[in-house]
Amino acid sequence: MKEFYVIAIVVMIFVVIFQIAKASEYVSVLKGEEKSRKQNNRINGFLLILFLIFGLYGAWYCNELYYSKTLFPQGSASVEGEKIDLMLYITIGVTGLVFVITQVLLFWFAFKYQEKDNRKAFYFPHNTKLELLWTTVPAIFLTVLVVFGLKNWFVMTGDAPKDAVVVEITGHQFAWDMRYPGKDGKLGKKSYKLYNQPLGNTLAVDFEDPESWDDLHTTEMHLPVNRPVKLVINAMDVIHDVGLSHFRMKMDAVPGIPTTMWFTPQYTTEQMKKRTNNPNFVYEISCDQMCGKGHFSMRGVIVVESEADYNKWLATQKPEYFTLYPNKDPEKQVPVTDTTAVGTAPIAQLMPKNP
Amino acid sequence: MSTATLHETAHHEEHGGEHHEHHDTFITKYVFSQDHKTIAKQFLVTGIIWAIIGGFFSVIFRLQLGNPTATYPWLEDLLGHWAKGGKLQPEFYYALVTMHGTILVFFVLTAGLSGTFANFLIPLQIGARDMASPMLNMLSYWFFFLASIVMMSSLFVQTGPASGGWTIYPPLSALGDASSGSKIGMDLWLVSMALFVVSSLLGGLNYITTILNLRTKGMSMTRMPLTIWSLFFTAVLGVLSFPVLLSGAILLLFDRNLGTSFFLSDIVVAGKILPNEGGSAILFQHLFWFLGHPEVYIILLPAMGMSSEILSVNSRKPIFGYMAMVGSLFAITILAFLVWAHHMFVTGLNPFLGSVFVLLTLLIAVPSAIKVFNWLTTLWKGNIRFTPGMLFAIGFVSLFISGGLTGIFLGNSALDIHLHDTYFVIAHFHIVMGVASFFGMFAGVYHWYPKMFGRYLNNTLAYIHFWVTIVGAYLIFWPMHYEGLAGMPRRYYDFSNWESFKNFGGLNEFISIIALIVFAVQILFVINFFYSIWKGRKVTTLNPWEANTLEWTTPIRPGHGNWPGDIPEVHRWPYDYAKDGKDFIPQDVPVGADESKH
Repeated sequence: MKEFYVIAIVVMIFVVIFQIAKASEYVSVLKGEEKSRKQNNRINGFLLILFLIFGLYGAWYCNELYYSKTLFPQGSASVEGEKIDLMLYITIGVTGLVFVITQVLLFWFAFKYQEKDNRKAFYFPHNTKLELLWTTVPAIFLTVLVVFGLKNWFVMTGDAPKDAVVVEITGHQFAWDMRYPGKDGKLGKKSYKLYNQPLGNTLAVDFEDPESWDDLHTTEMHLPVNRPVKLVINAMDVIHDVGLSHFRMKMDAVPGIPTTMWFTPQYTTEQMKKRTNNPNFVYEISCDQMCGKGHFSMRGVIVVESEADYNKWLATQKPEYFTLYPNKDPEKQVPVTDTTAVGTAPIAQLMPKNP
Repeated sequence: MSTATLHETAHHEEHGGEHHEHHDTFITKYVFSQDHKTIAKQFLVTGIIWAIIGGFFSVIFRLQLGNPTATYPWLEDLLGHWAKGGKLQPEFYYALVTMHGTILVFFVLTAGLSGTFANFLIPLQIGARDMASPMLNMLSYWFFFLASIVMMSSLFVQTGPASGGWTIYPPLSALGDASSGSKIGMDLWLVSMALFVVSSLLGGLNYITTILNLRTKGMSMTRMPLTIWSLFFTAVLGVLSFPVLLSGAILLLFDRNLGTSFFLSDIVVAGKILPNEGGSAILFQHLFWFLGHPEVYIILLPAMGMSSEILSVNSRKPIFGYMAMVGSLFAITILAFLVWAHHMFVTGLNPFLGSVFVLLTLLIAVPSAIKVFNWLTTLWKGNIRFTPGMLFAIGFVSLFISGGLTGIFLGNSALDIHLHDTYFVIAHFHIVMGVASFFGMFAGVYHWYPKMFGRYLNNTLAYIHFWVTIVGAYLIFWPMHYEGLAGMPRRYYDFSNWESFKNFGGLNEFISIIALIVFAVQILFVINFFYSIWKGRKVTTLNPWEANTLEWTTPIRPGHGNWPGDIPEVHRWPYDYAKDGKDFIPQDVPVGADESKH
């Protein structure tokens, strides 16, 4: 019944507005069309200038309300992101100025030059000097922005520093998985054909590659503060995107085409809790590329901590090789000297045959 | 059909009043009509129906965004298992988002906008009896109609319509296992789009041919109204870029149904290892955006052209810098083909390639700036009449400025890294290409309605429509920039589990309420539109806006063939307003001996 009333009320409102509109049309015919046209003109001219004033006030008010909720008051959580923030402020400055000038001119001209009986429009078809002026001035401003932007772009997309911590992140519907290279500092090989869910090899790691034996598989990302980190980004099924808005970073995860990005976290999670006055603060990884029905829930967590805490955490993680093949775990078994010979035989049985 | 027979038909009509020749049955006059004016109205009415559907979808998914915890029992009555327990299911939410985008970008703002106004205005404003090929023109509409039917039918299949976003990136769109919308719904989407491309090509080729070949005597290219220039460049863009979408769609159909691997490689989906190797998901994005970016200008240019014309007519002043306006349209057309990869800055694109696209993208801001300043100068020292069309044209300029400026943020790749795929992007493109183009379209409808139907739209309703829409559009999209600056991602069904994004709940609710109001006012417009066709105030003068262009030299209700007698000869450009102390001098008035040159 409630729906019925709502619909009835909406229909009533429509009918009322419509009747008023019809009536005003008859009134204007009675009054004389020319006269009512001029009256409409005055009303709309006034509304346009009102719209300008309230619009500019609204833009300011909106900023008051929401600027504090954006990520900029808390600053960039990565060193590289600070350049992005600076670029953003400069761009806001330039475009903001153009915005105010052009909108004011637009509505002011419309109001000022509204139809008057004694006014004659000014025949002004072109003026080369003016046109050159507003071709070159925007061109100069844009050149500056482009140069500034590209400088940052090449730094951010350039090679990561050699001492960067390497973490592999893999997206699949609808979660993130991390892989750390372990003590050898190298990630073992992968091939999507080695994917084996019953075994638990969901990252399709090639465990015949000895470099994979000390690799860690985690679902949370831990990073040391003030050290560059390089992410190697993969996807299993569809395109995902590693979105790290606090670090001002983002990169697609494309199946079959690994991508990378690097940045330097400069605040630990604990420091950010204080900076944002939010005890629940957490660095989140959002999926920023439409990936299916669970897209909105594809959330990952990053913990940035001191180097010492980070190493402590690493030490508690068990290599995936040993979780999947407990009989290879040196802690549970007598250590075997010839690792390669023992490693291969049982795993080969578990692996899908090469096509 | 030769000019002579058309002339005959028109002549008969003039003498016979409302009577028509015996072979003009209802079917040939209103259904399979070859009259460009009827075809234009068919495009417009179909576009309006699509706009209501597409707009309604956005209202439904805004309900979810505005209040993620609420349930609406009537929604379950309407949508069945897609809204189990009165709550929109994520899959269907994504289907609605996808269809909203597809419908509004292609079916409303491409077919509904250029289809309507290119068909209606080109012959009337260049002085032609009809399109170069009325037959192909009719087919263009009917292919659009077929595309509409197929797209509509995809809404009713059991697994739901396409739900991978209007950009249909594979592998998501290629694999039924990845998303239920990527089952039969996606095939229907692709088939519909293939039909749509055929429609667009038939239309576009016709528009180009007509403009180049059928201009009346004296109508040199530089005497064409800016509407015609913009529709010309729009058609060029469509003809050169839509085939690339067609090829992408066909390759995707192959990947889906024939086991090819154009876009697929190294995929494990739903626990299954797929045999596809060697394809590239990124290749599809290149193909898609090679159309996708020109598409933005296909949507925007007609709105620019119509606004230019309407601003000039109602300022009673020539458009400022006619040649610069044409030049900037041309520059935008060329550049539109060279910027597509700015949608792909975070795909792992080669950084050097990225930098080239940054440069070319920001270059577009220069012709855009020229246009804005020229519009402002057109208003300056005018004698402005605020007809509803004029208000929408002014609104268009305001929105084009607001949305265009944020393009400078997104086009700069380093900044785009942070803003990509956030609400900032939603705000940007909805303002600059969505709402602005709608304003151009509304301006066109209000301005040319008297020529289309011989009646006026109700003015009061028009003014209500304008004011609520412009205020509402800014209230909806302006705050979204802030959500984007907070990193809030697009296409999220629910933000409440995110520490970083959950504090915009109140704003989302506010936006949803405004969206509902704005949608209601569009319904008011639609009522006004259809009511006025039959009951609107009748047009009693040939030239109600006192405009210079040729369409106002035709009878109030022109028959097929447009001019009962000879086609008028053109003697001047279309912007002789306020010249030599005369309010306006139509294009068919010969140049006087003592007249000053412009």
